[in-house]
Amino acid sequence: MAETFSSRNYMRDLRLPFCPGCGLYALSDTFLRAVYELGYKDLSNFIFTSGIGCTSWIPSPYFKADSVHTLHGRSIPPATSIKLLKPNFHVVVFGGDGDIVGIGLSHFIHAARRNTDILVIMGNNMVYGMTGGQVAPTTPYKAPTTTTPYGSFEHPLDAAKLAVAAGAAYVARWTTVHINELKESIKKAIQLQGFRFIEVVTQCPTAFGRRVGFKDVGEMLKWFKENSITVKQAEGMREEDSEGKIVVGEFIEMRRPTLVENVYALLKEVQKSG
Amino acid sequence: MPIRNEKRCHKVSSKTFFWQGNEACVEAAIVAGCRFFAGYPISPANEISEYMAVRLPKVGGIFMQMEDEIASIGAVMGASWCGVKAMTATSGPGFSLMQETIGWGFMTETPCVVVDVQRVGPGTGQATKAAQGDVMQARWGTHGDYSAIVLSPNSVQEMFELTIRAFNLAEKYRTPVMVLTDEIIAHLREQVAIPPLEKIEIINRRKPNAEDKIFFGLENVAPMPSVGEGFNVAVTASTHDEYGVRFTADPKVHRRMLEAINNKIKKNVNEIAEVETHNVDNCKVGIVSFGCTSRAVYEAVEAAEAKRIKTGHVRLKTIWPFPEKQIRLLAESAERIIVPEMNLGQLYYEVKRVACSSEVVPLNRIGGGEMITPEEILAEILKGE
Ligand SMILES: Cc1ncc(C[n+]2csc(CCOP(=O)(O)OP(=O)(O)O)c2C)c(N)n1
Ligand code: SF4
Ligand SMILES: [Mg+2]
Repeated sequence: MAETFSSRNYMRDLRLPFCPGCGLYALSDTFLRAVYELGYKDLSNFIFTSGIGCTSWIPSPYFKADSVHTLHGRSIPPATSIKLLKPNFHVVVFGGDGDIVGIGLSHFIHAARRNTDILVIMGNNMVYGMTGGQVAPTTPYKAPTTTTPYGSFEHPLDAAKLAVAAGAAYVARWTTVHINELKESIKKAIQLQGFRFIEVVTQCPTAFGRRVGFKDVGEMLKWFKENSITVKQAEGMREEDSEGKIVVGEFIEMRRPTLVENVYALLKEVQKSG
Repeated sequence: MPIRNEKRCHKVSSKTFFWQGNEACVEAAIVAGCRFFAGYPISPANEISEYMAVRLPKVGGIFMQMEDEIASIGAVMGASWCGVKAMTATSGPGFSLMQETIGWGFMTETPCVVVDVQRVGPGTGQATKAAQGDVMQARWGTHGDYSAIVLSPNSVQEMFELTIRAFNLAEKYRTPVMVLTDEIIAHLREQVAIPPLEKIEIINRRKPNAEDKIFFGLENVAPMPSVGEGFNVAVTASTHDEYGVRFTADPKVHRRMLEAINNKIKKNVNEIAEVETHNVDNCKVGIVSFGCTSRAVYEAVEAAEAKRIKTGHVRLKTIWPFPEKQIRLLAESAERIIVPEMNLGQLYYEVKRVACSSEVVPLNRIGGGEMITPEEILAEILKGE
């Protein structure tokens, strides 16, 4: 292990391209810190896939690693085959909320259902960031965006709950003010098997914060902090009281046969019977 | 890697089989080294998935039925970047869904094989009936500037041969290759003679040396690393340079990379484009055909020649890149060129573009999987008399 942590040890000689104050700097850094604390001195045990969007740019090409930058919403199917064919690697997917639970939603659900052995990290900025701030499936009710100028008339999706319902092995949600919890969650998730999902509520000052009326990044982070309740707290609350709150914590940790285990067991059996 | 089981498939050996087209496609893929398949149910391509699900695990390969065609082709691309030969099979509606990812494959130079068993369209059309309406989709189905390789078998024997060729071309040129077949050839049962397996040419992609850093955008085809081999390869279908680094606004990088990716194919048309010719340089009437329709052409040509009409025939085993040279040769001697196809005229325009000195006549039929008959083709030949 390198003596002290430096994200540069895990990155190409390129600077992350995000806007000033963007939460994705913290997400990228926290992921690499988790990797470091697990004792990996480089990313040679990891293979990354990502879709299209700001969050999807985290590994590609900034991580000094193999990274497959796919299409918008399509990072999970290639991650599936890569994990099946390279089962000894950690396969990690980075994507935005639009990418993972908007256009790519069906792949997300099916990967959880199959218990596909991948870790999906979703940067949820509650908006389509890269394209300039359009309404996303995660946009809070009534929030104004460029395509909901009078406020969103749709209800947001709870991706973490959905992942639990679809059969994920591990699900957690944190925000960019819960950096330590997030790091511990990533460390844990990397070491678990099956489908793992971590949702990171992250500030997009450019395409979201500004528009919904946050004066600066500090205000957004304050909102994350004051508006977050734990999974435990949410359990005791009435639906209408928890509406609009950010529920943080671990939602599930469960062990059942994974896709890789099932496929390789079948291969062994078929080959034995000739 | 546990999957790359080089064990010879035990079913295929050097003898004669009685196979359905779709079955021949599967056996050929396995001989070619295909060890990953992902697909989604659709007629008339279902048997390919079904045979694959049985056969692949026996040779140490992996079959996945995905949640849709977009996931299927995505999984195929991922498999290819693991160094594993991979394929999917579909029909019109699924082929449409795959187009964005096929474009990703062109841009990232990802070898893979896509089989399109054509059925009547557009829309759901007639799911179980043959057509040849995807000629242009196979060439221009995704957005942007690219060159496609599209092969077209006209028998079960050729389904076997061209599926292997599709893998070889995909590996050699690092590009998606399409096998454009149709319901008739896919469901036809015919004899297939397999040559000794060691005589079948199998091409594998060029791998990089440890010190290599350039993995993209070379006209003579850059070496292709796999993920997990320590090359830290950055794969992206956004415009990237030879090292895989994104340049999403620079016109020069885009032009340079696209020129290389297209020239890989354009400069090798002579090697890629295969045709079968009959009397091209000594005929009055010419015919250009492909796929199932060409079977009726053989009979019509024979009947015309019995009437002492000199008839030439170019049958395209490769539709794209378009074999212009041979069509030009035909046009030098044929006054009229007939283009029969089970669509409302697609290949016709391409022939017309090249054979500008001849009169080019479309002969079209759509719907119900009804073929153009030898009699109809003969009647068209005789019209010029
Ligand atoms: C098929 C397709 N549709 C639309 C787009 C345009 N597009 C690019 S990024 C993006 C939104 C990204 O939003 P999200 O996934 O939430 O990521 P963020 O930028 O917010 O991190 C969209 C819609 C695209 N690239 N491909
Ligand atoms: S648009 Fe938003 S999410 Fe994208 S880099 Fe800027 S602040 Fe970050
Ligand atoms: Mg977003």
